[in-house]
Amino acid sequence: MKARAFDYARPASIAKALAAFAEADGDASYIAGGQSLVPALALRLQAPARLVDIGHIAELRGIAVEAGWLRLGALTRHVDAHDHPLIAAHAPLLALAAPHVAHPAIRNRGTLGGSVALADPASEFPAMMLAMGAEMEIAGPDGTRRVPADAFFVDLYQTALEPGELLVALHIPVARPEHRCAFDEIARRRGDYALVGCGIRLAMSGDVVEEARIALLSVGPTPVRAHAAEATLTGATLDPDAIRHAQAALMDDLDPVDTPEVPAAMRRHLARVLLGRLLAQIAEAA
Amino acid sequence: MNAPLGSLDRPNSYIGRAVTRPNAKRLLAGRGRYVTDLVLPRMLHAAFLRSPYAHARIVSIDAEAARAMPGVRLVATGADLARLCTPWVGTLDHFKGMKSAPQLPLPVEEVLWSGQAVVAVVADSRAQAEDAAEAVLVEFEELPVVADIDTAREPDADRAAAGIEDNLCFRSRLDTGGIDALFAGAAHVVEEEFHFGRHTAVTLEPRAILADWDASEGKLTVHHATQTPYQFQDLYSRHYGIPEASVRVIAPDIGGSFGMKLHVYHEDMAVVGLSMLCRRPVKYVADRMESFVSDIHARDHRVRARMAVDAEGTILAMDVDDVTAIGAFSTYPRTSAVEGNQVIRLMGAPYRFRNYRAELAVVFQNKVQTSQYRAVGHPVACAVTERLVDLAAARAGLDPATMREKNLIPDDAYPCESPTGYKFEALSHQASLIRLKALMDYDALRAEQAALRTRGIHRGIGIASFVEISNPSPAFYGIGGARISAQDGATLSVTPSGEVRCLISVTEQGQGTETIIGQIVADQFGVAREKVRVITGDTEITPHGGATWACRGAGIGGETALQAARRLRDNVLALAATILQARPGDLDLRDGLVVDALSGAERVSLAEVARIAYFRSDTLPPDARAQLSITHHYAPQGYPFAFTNGIQGCHVELDVDTGLVKVLKHWVVEDCGRIINPLLVDEQVRGGVVQGLGAAFFEECRYDDNGQLTNGSLADYLVPMACEMPDIVVGHIETPTADTALGAKGCGEAGTAAASAAALNAVNDAMAPLGASIAQIPMTPERLLKSLGKI
Ligand SMILES: Cc1cc2nc3c(=O)[nH]c(=O)nc-3n(C[C@H](O)[C@H](O)[C@H](O)COP(=O)(O)OP(=O)(O)OC[C@H]3O[C@@H](n4cnc5c(N)ncnc54)[C@H](O)[C@@H]3O)c2cc1C
Repeated sequence: MKARAFDYARPASIAKALAAFAEADGDASYIAGGQSLVPALALRLQAPARLVDIGHIAELRGIAVEAGWLRLGALTRHVDAHDHPLIAAHAPLLALAAPHVAHPAIRNRGTLGGSVALADPASEFPAMMLAMGAEMEIAGPDGTRRVPADAFFVDLYQTALEPGELLVALHIPVARPEHRCAFDEIARRRGDYALVGCGIRLAMSGDVVEEARIALLSVGPTPVRAHAAEATLTGATLDPDAIRHAQAALMDDLDPVDTPEVPAAMRRHLARVLLGRLLAQIAEAA
Repeated sequence: MNAPLGSLDRPNSYIGRAVTRPNAKRLLAGRGRYVTDLVLPRMLHAAFLRSPYAHARIVSIDAEAARAMPGVRLVATGADLARLCTPWVGTLDHFKGMKSAPQLPLPVEEVLWSGQAVVAVVADSRAQAEDAAEAVLVEFEELPVVADIDTAREPDADRAAAGIEDNLCFRSRLDTGGIDALFAGAAHVVEEEFHFGRHTAVTLEPRAILADWDASEGKLTVHHATQTPYQFQDLYSRHYGIPEASVRVIAPDIGGSFGMKLHVYHEDMAVVGLSMLCRRPVKYVADRMESFVSDIHARDHRVRARMAVDAEGTILAMDVDDVTAIGAFSTYPRTSAVEGNQVIRLMGAPYRFRNYRAELAVVFQNKVQTSQYRAVGHPVACAVTERLVDLAAARAGLDPATMREKNLIPDDAYPCESPTGYKFEALSHQASLIRLKALMDYDALRAEQAALRTRGIHRGIGIASFVEISNPSPAFYGIGGARISAQDGATLSVTPSGEVRCLISVTEQGQGTETIIGQIVADQFGVAREKVRVITGDTEITPHGGATWACRGAGIGGETALQAARRLRDNVLALAATILQARPGDLDLRDGLVVDALSGAERVSLAEVARIAYFRSDTLPPDARAQLSITHHYAPQGYPFAFTNGIQGCHVELDVDTGLVKVLKHWVVEDCGRIINPLLVDEQVRGGVVQGLGAAFFEECRYDDNGQLTNGSLADYLVPMACEMPDIVVGHIETPTADTALGAKGCGEAGTAAASAAALNAVNDAMAPLGASIAQIPMTPERLLKSLGKI
């Protein structure tokens, strides 16, 4: 299939991008890496009158650490999450998740900003924003603001971004020495969107969990924080009993959709298995 | 030329050598010419509006707005094309009682499946054609959807199509007699209900066609991504009323076909008519979404089967009931009944038992048509048989390999006939099993499996013997009235410089047909391989023949090339003898030189013979016969089919908590008779195995109750990918057929025939200690977790 005709703008600054979008009376779409948008255009699932290509905006680039936060420009590519030393050091969950995101050709073009802005509930990076307690820097006609991940993902493909707003950067609190992270997912084929995925960041004191952040993907309309499981772990010694309790509590956190291919019971079962394995992995490494 | 074929120390001994493909470099260099690459002057592009309903009546079509859109040259409906093209019916005479509704390029009154093309738009670009197709307004009235194979067969069931009196396309029964008594008296009876999902070919290159009607000459040229250009030449000629000689079908480079590109598709037939209506070339390339809803699907069987075994584990009998659903009509011209027919006839084929009963029902429903796809029927027959053999082995207390040792047809029992009437010339089941066990190190694997089980690691080992149909005679289609040739033809010429041009009717889709034909010609004629140019796939140039399907290219096309090369060689030697005033029998052709047959001493070069023949015929005596071009045809004689055989082994690890299966390794031992090129045979086998493992674990066209395909994209329809595929070890036994000088049988379907069966047995072997089992493919995590009682 061929995309419907559209016009194309390539602004060089955030301000010009916002203006180019506004000119189209709401019938525009930003394009970053194009790895989700272009297939949607080709399938005619989306047919905006204008594409605003943000790929040449320098303000959206850059990977840097400032005052305890890792700032990732929205155009940071998946391959950087895979390879970049600052990301490996300060946002290990992104580095752990990156190899599971699609395939090298897609990771070379796909951007973290695009992935987070799209907010596919099956995507790895949005869920990791939750697990890491990241904040999203958003530019709009009225200036910029920062929205914490917990408030960013609203519903299926729906985020705190208003139409025309631009995701500028992801701010991630840098990993602390007491953090223990784990990520894995269950997918039928390597690189596919997962049946279930899970990222965990525990702040540990010895073998006691001081703070737990757990986020799952592919278990609901948005990436999901496992608050109940986190609560059972907080203050607990990370032993087989605590893991079992967390697995049981996780069932209260999840309400996945039911499809013939993947029944809700299956996603819940797989999430439980995955959480158990990841916690055991952290406990073993400790 | 006295050394046997396959001995590798003769000059130009290419038969049996792992030589690389001459066309690989061209394709890698991006110089391939696929239909998509072709651009003709004044060429237009077609797009289709498709039915959103699985079954509906067309109430009205309003194309006025679409006709006025930019670049639009034509909007055509079913009625427009029905004025040019006669209907077709997908039945064969030898399938007694078979029926199917007549088909037209585009429907006039009724759509039969979701995704069926309804209206065609032709425009200057594909994008414009798609824009306009969106603007065509079609009013549909929904009709009841026939989706379920059991309700479809009830007496008062809704019909899948108006033109049929009930939903039964075809039924067949086989019965040797004695079944009930054997089952009643057997020490063990095992039985199972199997489900085989629909899947589809997913060729790298989708279907593509470029039709060019030249009204000035009344000539139609069709560039068509097909395996069978002659079949389509005949069909376009007859359905559009154009003399056969005025229809030219060219099959250029093709990116895979696997049987999918054998069949008549509505869009393809339509494009020919669109070109006639526009009097301009019209191109249509299916996109991936269209491929999923319009390429043939395959399989979709529910098989209830049982096997009777005596106390020692000797198989006594099988009893089989196969119901298969094929879509709303039978595919043209090869029908949709061949798969079911082969399922019930291939059951139990590797084994010695004599008593067999089977029932086949081929049922209409409102889904995409199904038809022949790689290893037609084989994977179903093989999985049912082999799973029952494993179940019976467990009941009789035998190891699966021992069970097969006991029951396989002995290698010295040939010729013999299966209980279903297949005649076997010579197979090697026992030798294959011995080789497989050695390759797998079977006993060590079993020991390792037992040790790992104690540590909670669940590995499984599955084996599956198979028989494959190849080299079909006219018994396949010809006797059924289809104008599908079982013979092949080749024209060989010596060029004035002493090279050889070979025009042959078998075709190339990426499997290496041209390579092996070049090897055979060079070998048998007596020149270096680089001197032979093989040309395929153009009905105006290459002689009429069956082309490529049912594993016939090497066996039948190869024998054609062999006989043609020998005849041309005789002609060259006769002429050389005249020139040299020698006797032809004292001469030989080696490496492009005419030599003294005994001493090998050079007498004259082939190039010199050709030079004299073409430019200095005045120096030849008046009666000299300088025939440096010959055309030769060969049709299979003797056995109606050349059966091949083999056995596969699969080693898996099952994660019992996630339902994911890792295939650790896969082994194949196969016997395709004379191996012309081991490299290409191994790659055929590996590719086939991957398709079989795809069927076993990933590939399935899933429908909802309304007949809507729910996973029609490559994001949702999972094809096997490199990361999930194991190492595939291939071993060979060679039992050449005595029906031909070449002795080659087919190998293209062997891998697919038994890979899913071996995988099914392996997964069941892994689950057996947990008391779980599965009888459905694909074996998805969801199904495995359910079998394991986890969800
Ligand atoms: C075959 C394949 C497999 C894939 N597998 C996976 C997978 O396993 N896991 C996974 O997570 N993803 C997967 N993806 C998706 C991929 O990761 C995408 O690249 C990513 O989701 C979007 O990033 P992008 O830069 O390509 O965004 P684009 O496609 O350019 O844009 C996506 C959407 O985000 C909007 N957008 C982009 N940037 C911004 C911004 N800065 N501000 C506001 N809005 C913005 C666009 O308007 C658009 O709506 C796969 C893609 C393909 C093609």
